[in-house]
Amino acid sequence: MPATDIAVVGYAQTRSVRRARESEVQLLVPTVATALERAGLDRREVGFTCAGSCDYLTGGPFAFVSNLEAAGAWPPISESHVEMDGAWALYEAWVRLQHGDIDTALVFGSGKSSPSDPAEVWAQQLDPYYLAPLGVDPVSLAGLQARALIDAGKATERDFAEVVARSRRAAKDNANAQVSGDVDVDPLLQEPYVRAPLRRADLPPISDGAVAVVLARGDRARALSKRPAWIRGLDHRIEVHQPGMRDLTVSSSTTLAARKAGYDGGPLDVVELSATFSPQELILRDALGLGADAVVNPSGGPLAANPVMATGLVRIVEVAQRISEGGARRGLAHATGGQVLQHNLVCLMEGD
Amino acid sequence: MSAEQCAVIGVGQTHHKKKRADVSIPGLLREAASRALDDAECTWADIDAVVIGKAPDAFEGIVQPELFLADALGGAGKPMLRVHTAGSVGGSTFIVGAHLIESRIHERVLAISWEKQSEGNAQWGLAGGRSRGIGAGGAFAPWIRAYIEKTGAPEYIGWQVAVKDRLNALKNPYAHLHLPDITIEQVKESAMLWDPLRFLESCPSSDGACAVVLTNEAGGRAASKPAAWVHATAVRSELGVFPGRDPVRPQAGVECAHDVYRQAGISVPRQEIDIAELYVPFSWYEPMWLEGHDIAGPGEGWKMVESGDTEISGSFPVNPSGGVLSSNPIGASGMLRFAEAALQVRGLAGEHQVDGARTALAQAYGGGAQYFAMGVLRSTPA
Repeated sequence: MPATDIAVVGYAQTRSVRRARESEVQLLVPTVATALERAGLDRREVGFTCAGSCDYLTGGPFAFVSNLEAAGAWPPISESHVEMDGAWALYEAWVRLQHGDIDTALVFGSGKSSPSDPAEVWAQQLDPYYLAPLGVDPVSLAGLQARALIDAGKATERDFAEVVARSRRAAKDNANAQVSGDVDVDPLLQEPYVRAPLRRADLPPISDGAVAVVLARGDRARALSKRPAWIRGLDHRIEVHQPGMRDLTVSSSTTLAARKAGYDGGPLDVVELSATFSPQELILRDALGLGADAVVNPSGGPLAANPVMATGLVRIVEVAQRISEGGARRGLAHATGGQVLQHNLVCLMEGD
Repeated sequence: MSAEQCAVIGVGQTHHKKKRADVSIPGLLREAASRALDDAECTWADIDAVVIGKAPDAFEGIVQPELFLADALGGAGKPMLRVHTAGSVGGSTFIVGAHLIESRIHERVLAISWEKQSEGNAQWGLAGGRSRGIGAGGAFAPWIRAYIEKTGAPEYIGWQVAVKDRLNALKNPYAHLHLPDITIEQVKESAMLWDPLRFLESCPSSDGACAVVLTNEAGGRAASKPAAWVHATAVRSELGVFPGRDPVRPQAGVECAHDVYRQAGISVPRQEIDIAELYVPFSWYEPMWLEGHDIAGPGEGWKMVESGDTEISGSFPVNPSGGVLSSNPIGASGMLRFAEAALQVRGLAGEHQVDGARTALAQAYGGGAQYFAMGVLRSTPA
């Protein structure tokens, strides 16, 4: 059994914006510094650092190398990087903390979508032999997923619009959100399709942003935080890539990751899901067995702010923050990678 | 809690070539992974998790290719982690895999790394993909020149390493370059690419993959073939450019080495290590790392090369596999160092086996000589 006394003890995130004037590393520098400051930790005390980002967003190989500056890598640090959402960087750091020889870690995730065209970049994430040449883009795939959900009788376009309206309303309380406000379902349903049955509002905004987390173990966590958000379980699972080989209306890897993370279906005070398209929230709720009364994405979720490569780690921060501030005792955060929910991570957290 | 012991029970690699036109990217990875599974005498179903590494995605032009490779690597239903730490990535990927065992999260992990350089333009990629245009050799050449100035090493040292590694590669059926007739004279006469680096002192561009099956102590003891035992692993990173940095002997490399020596209880590396697989993409990096990792004293690294100490039959063999100078599937090159180190201590290195190898050092570096991943592997558990 993995150790369950590893906790989030510090965090910070930028506001998500359509086009940040700062470079990616400039977004990270104050974010990392604030997370460390909140944990009351000097950067030289950090036992292990791990970052998550995507070279392709910046359009240059080795783009992640400059992000090292945010960690202040001098003197040299013990450090690693995943070409994944920062939530998986947190996973790698959590694994490293299991060894017991170090008791703190710094994790960050960052992404600027503004320098490139996301529809072009993410289309190159598809199988280069059989899918990419078809010219299929991520939004079209999400549209197919939404269509499958409707055809299966599992949801309606109105259900999608309700997810949008609730997310935007919730985002009014989130200073970091990019899209927020009161919208009614009926006018949303009058909007034109972008990729039927998806409308603009069913899609996430294009965002620039960054997030950082400080992890600590055992007594060190208690010393650094009045109310650590303990990671009780953490797991991730991938599915096959070819969309034709999957039932797109379910997320079996989310269900499996939740079970492996030790989620027993018990009550959760807060849930943050990386549902980047509105129908995916319905799929993920179902995969996790959440009831209609579950508090899902009180931050507004990815429909309100979607700094890719940080989005998943932001979910963990949103849950940890509610636990640390006393608003929640038990919560679940979810991160995703790839198209149409191919790869999913579940992080179960609790307060004391 | 003390960490679980990690054992390498399976090693697999492809035949590295300039262009593996006979296989797709998934086919290339399957080749290495299947060999590792066969060596470990296990099947895809026995693998709990996959850790995959490669250098920048722009080399092949696929964003996060592990997503589509999940299908070919039996990833469905398993955790799959993608590591990217520049040139050191193969080493880092091995280490992340080892962490999954040492933390007792998994019992059997497939760690795999790769590059299919022929499907893209790595020189463009190595130059940052935009207009900096100097490539890896251009970046390292001034530091190599600085090493030569500082130590007074004769210029034939680089040629000597180039010949030694290519002759070693003749004993390794998987190596990309097989140059049976190579001579010092040939290296010396080859085209100057980045002064002082000549064509034959540089690594090739290769397609290739490398995979290892990692398991815990019980799994290592139960394996029918000998296992390689992981006694130490460490990673270190430092900023690439700042005033006062010593890029010839980067502090991250010094600290990384001392960390693995400490973990493995090594006080005199030159005596206590039987064989080293070091990341030497350009000939001069052999003496530079011998000094940069405190195996040789200041100015003594090139003398180890000159006296033949680093040959297969020498007192401190370096890169008996032929090293990066003979095969460079970039993302896999770091893991190949760990895989070859494992083969040596398992006694399974074939023709390039170093007699009596019981303790091996594996090293990979990347970026502007700023990322390091190192390990010590032994023939017996700790």
